[in-house]
Amino acid sequence: MSTPLSRIRNFSIVAHIDHGKSTLADRLIQLTGTVAERDMKAQMLDAMDIERERGITIKANTVRIDYPAQDGHTYILNLIDTPGHVDFAYEVSRSMRAVEGSLLVVDATQGVEAQTLANVYTAIDADHEIVTVLNKIDLPAAEPERIAEQIEDVIGIDASNACLISAKTGVGIPDVLEAIVKRLPPPHSGDPDAPLKAMLVDSWYDPYLGVVVLVRIMDGTLKKGDNIRMMRTGGKYGVDKLGVFRPAMQDVKELGPGEIGFFTGSIKQVRDTKVGDTITHEKRPCETPLPGFKPSIPVVFCGLFPVDAAEFEDLRDSIEKLALNDASFSFEMETSAALGFGFRCGFLGLLHLEVIRDRIEREYNIELITTAPSVIYHIFMKDGSVLELHNPADMPDMSKVDHLEEPRIKATILVPDDYLGDVLKLCQDRRGIQLDLTYVGNRAMVVYDLPLNEVVFDFHDRLKSVTKGYASFDYQMDSYREDNLVKMQILVNDEPVDALSTMVHRDRADMRGRAMCAKLKDLIPRQMFKIPIQAAIGGKVIARETLSALRKDVTAKCYGGDATRKKKLLEKQKAGKKKMRQFGKVEIPQEAFISALKMDE
Amino acid sequence: MRFENLWPGVLTQNNLENWQIGGFGLYVHWPFCEAKCPYCDFNSHVVSHVDQGRWARALADEIRRAGAETSDRVLGSIFFGGGTPSLMTPETVSTVIEAARDCWTFANDIEITLEANPRSVEVQRFEGYARAGVNRVSLGVQALHASDLKRLGRLHDVDEAKTALAVARSVFERVSFDLIYARQNQTLDDWRSELGEALDMAVDHLSLYQLTVEEGTAFWDRARAGGLRGLPGEDLAADMYEVTQDLCSTAGYTAYEVSNHARPGAQSRHNLIYWRYGDWLGIGPGAHGRLGTATQRVATVAWRQPGLWLQHAEAGSGLESRAFLDVSDQAGEYLMMGLRLDEGLDIERLHRLDSTVAGPEAVAELVDLDLVLWDGPVLRTTAKGRLVLNSVVAALLP
Ligand SMILES: Nc1nc2c(ncn2[C@@H]2O[C@H](COP(=O)(O)OP(=O)(O)OP(=O)(O)O)[C@@H](O)[C@H]2O)c(=O)[nH]1
Ligand SMILES: C[S@@+](CC[C@H](N)C(=O)[O-])C[C@H]1O[C@@H](n2cnc3c(N)ncnc32)[C@H](O)[C@@H]1O
Ligand code: SF4
Ligand SMILES: [Mg+2]
Repeated sequence: MSTPLSRIRNFSIVAHIDHGKSTLADRLIQLTGTVAERDMKAQMLDAMDIERERGITIKANTVRIDYPAQDGHTYILNLIDTPGHVDFAYEVSRSMRAVEGSLLVVDATQGVEAQTLANVYTAIDADHEIVTVLNKIDLPAAEPERIAEQIEDVIGIDASNACLISAKTGVGIPDVLEAIVKRLPPPHSGDPDAPLKAMLVDSWYDPYLGVVVLVRIMDGTLKKGDNIRMMRTGGKYGVDKLGVFRPAMQDVKELGPGEIGFFTGSIKQVRDTKVGDTITHEKRPCETPLPGFKPSIPVVFCGLFPVDAAEFEDLRDSIEKLALNDASFSFEMETSAALGFGFRCGFLGLLHLEVIRDRIEREYNIELITTAPSVIYHIFMKDGSVLELHNPADMPDMSKVDHLEEPRIKATILVPDDYLGDVLKLCQDRRGIQLDLTYVGNRAMVVYDLPLNEVVFDFHDRLKSVTKGYASFDYQMDSYREDNLVKMQILVNDEPVDALSTMVHRDRADMRGRAMCAKLKDLIPRQMFKIPIQAAIGGKVIARETLSALRKDVTAKCYGGDATRKKKLLEKQKAGKKKMRQFGKVEIPQEAFISALKMDE
Repeated sequence: MRFENLWPGVLTQNNLENWQIGGFGLYVHWPFCEAKCPYCDFNSHVVSHVDQGRWARALADEIRRAGAETSDRVLGSIFFGGGTPSLMTPETVSTVIEAARDCWTFANDIEITLEANPRSVEVQRFEGYARAGVNRVSLGVQALHASDLKRLGRLHDVDEAKTALAVARSVFERVSFDLIYARQNQTLDDWRSELGEALDMAVDHLSLYQLTVEEGTAFWDRARAGGLRGLPGEDLAADMYEVTQDLCSTAGYTAYEVSNHARPGAQSRHNLIYWRYGDWLGIGPGAHGRLGTATQRVATVAWRQPGLWLQHAEAGSGLESRAFLDVSDQAGEYLMMGLRLDEGLDIERLHRLDSTVAGPEAVAELVDLDLVLWDGPVLRTTAKGRLVLNSVVAALLP
């Protein structure tokens, strides 16, 4: 017997980063007694180590809650806690496709931020009802009335009946539960006896169970033992295990219309599943599949190389395992003259890159050299062909190139008026074109058209530092556009270092070249001889620095008693140097490959 | 020498000659001090009471045990190091020297050095040390500035040090003293004048060490916590080192080792054993020894903690470990030690141990950079090379 639709509410919790989504999810889970009191822990849905360490959500999580409402009926609530960081915006948008409503959480001390806007627009696109929740009212700086007004002004949704809560202390949580039941709609339609039509919302790899698939049932009933077919990929599987998250896995016999749950089958890797695909019964398929989602595509690329060349196979192994679980990240083998064998990997953004790199280093214990992040350039050759360039090192001979196009983004930045000047300057310096400038109370909202390659690297850090953390930022990919781009090479001791090559705008090349040479001079430790460091474009040197030779490196006292110890120290030092990469006679420390590109401006 | 080079093949293979040409000496460690200096990472401990009789017996027993295996050698030197060996009573020193005399033939010119702290209490014992057989002292003067001595945590003042030096000169044949430079807020000129003063006081040997902030010391903790400011940077430290070489050589002292300067013939023969990579026995807590047997080279390490050492020594052996060194370790140590000397090392001897150490290409690169000289069988550093010796050695290790 499936639950009547009227007793089901499915919703996502969305907000700007750190506004308290996961903490609110904790309270909902706790107040409904879904998890025993003694098993509660803060942000309990953020189960990954990296999530717990960074205090952020990376992966959307689903929980089913039973809520006995004031009207005397017990409702099934399926909540999806989503990540707030812009890199994972895709997780939010696809989560929204599986539900009918959203809790929009806004920090009552901070108000509307860039991802608040982005999330509201996605929610409206998905035809969601929205319940506004003003959080953190326990803080003295909270100004719920002013923020409610701001929400009405800026977003244009009614905030007069917003729930005022503190997810931390638990104040206001019962109101949220009632609002969910009263104000969010039940699933729109669904016939338990119709042919099965279910949406593949997400999938991930579990070391014990294999691939776990999260589904939302639209029509029909999914039962354990059913034979199903994925309509897009054509894959056929038997349902081995069927259940719901509370938030631990709990087996169920069947899932009916409007319900959200998971199943496992003999699916080998996450790549065999396509998020947004339609799942149906093999025997009695439905007629028309669901519209599906646009897949997420990697926009930032970099090379990952093992510090110890002998660990290449281990690296391959770890990357393949991580990819099992993260279809949004791409990889292919790469060889670099300087760094040896490694992988060129694609990510959704810089945080995504960092997360994957961290996991490889920590979970698989492989030290990595990460090369400068790059974007995909389109190269229009004189012979009419078009190439996609993922790696500046592969840039063809300029004489054969007609022109280059680079990806641009549309960036939305919210910033207090005081810092507006700095933000405009930053965007201008990064070759931005201003599209819009409006005000949200005393904050400015600027919209810029920016080249992705200027943003990918350290834009977010710079933005944070020039605005002392008061700005928020969101972006969407826009179009490709032609510009005067060139490949800049770095030569260390007269040897080109391919891993330090970057694509730059011609007008910015001299400045960047100078900055990179100066940075490298600080990053490369002095060696026994002096080392010229140069930036060049097509063989022409545009900037130069000289790292002077090491002057003093000698142990003052060394006698019979500590010979062994001193020798061990030297060997340790030498082993440390093995972690550097040798370029001709020069050793370059691994962190140089990333740090050299950070602009201090 | 008992082993003549009659079977070059055999000897080349076992390298016995190599160890023996480096000499044979005895190091005795006295692990106690009056106070722990904040920069010091030596095996030194402050205790309320030391049973000198017990320690003397234990040290003598250890010497006899080591002596039983090496009775055919001629002992060229004894070195009492610490800690503060000038806290030993003359009787203890005498017991140790006599135990050694029972074991080995002493070379005619045997050098017996004792490290002394320049305080008046200790000076009173100088005569007694001389009677026991000590013929050389090395005084830990460290600085000629009152406030710097305080900062270094020293218990003596400048005048006491000067008096100690005067007494030492009258009592011992040979006298050396130590200074620590590149101290906090020291300028190049400060050091120049301090060193000038030291050279005026010196007899024929000086050890001049740049302050090193060693892990596990109070200075290390202070530096980590952001304190200990005003230490010289790389360039100033290099300048100070160069000034040291200039002033000493003008005054007639050769820098025969990185931090050691001597008039002709006045080098520390004992310390040369280490740097020439000869044979030495290490007796007392934490002491290390190196000894060539007919086929192998043995490395010994004594228990480090004084109480533990005493227990073990009294129970039959103070050694925590005794192991054969493989040839590549020997080559590495010889390289690291030998290049500290201005005379350099014997590259053929090095290559007999391990031909991958200091390979011709690596050496040639350093020759090109004017960091080492390769002159027939001799490999040595240039003045410039010695200043970056750690990098030079690292570049020559396989
Ligand atoms: N004082 C106070 N702090 C809160 C409240 N709700 C959440 N926080 C704190 O705000 C921080 C962020 O909370 P999270 O629940 O992780 O925020 P999030 O929106 O899930 O963050 P992301 O998933 O990274 O986007 C944490 O330190 C919480 O303890 C609240 O009501 N009052
Ligand atoms: C074995 S120590 C101790 C000798 C004696 N106990 C004393 O302190 O005078 C020998 C010498 O090493 C030097 N020394 C010890 N620690 C040092 C450090 N951290 N940096 C530089 N020289 C040091 C001092 O000059 C000291 O005299
Ligand atoms: S420097 Fe000398 S006196 Fe000071 S603690 Fe070390 S060994 Fe003892
Ligand atoms: Mg979260």
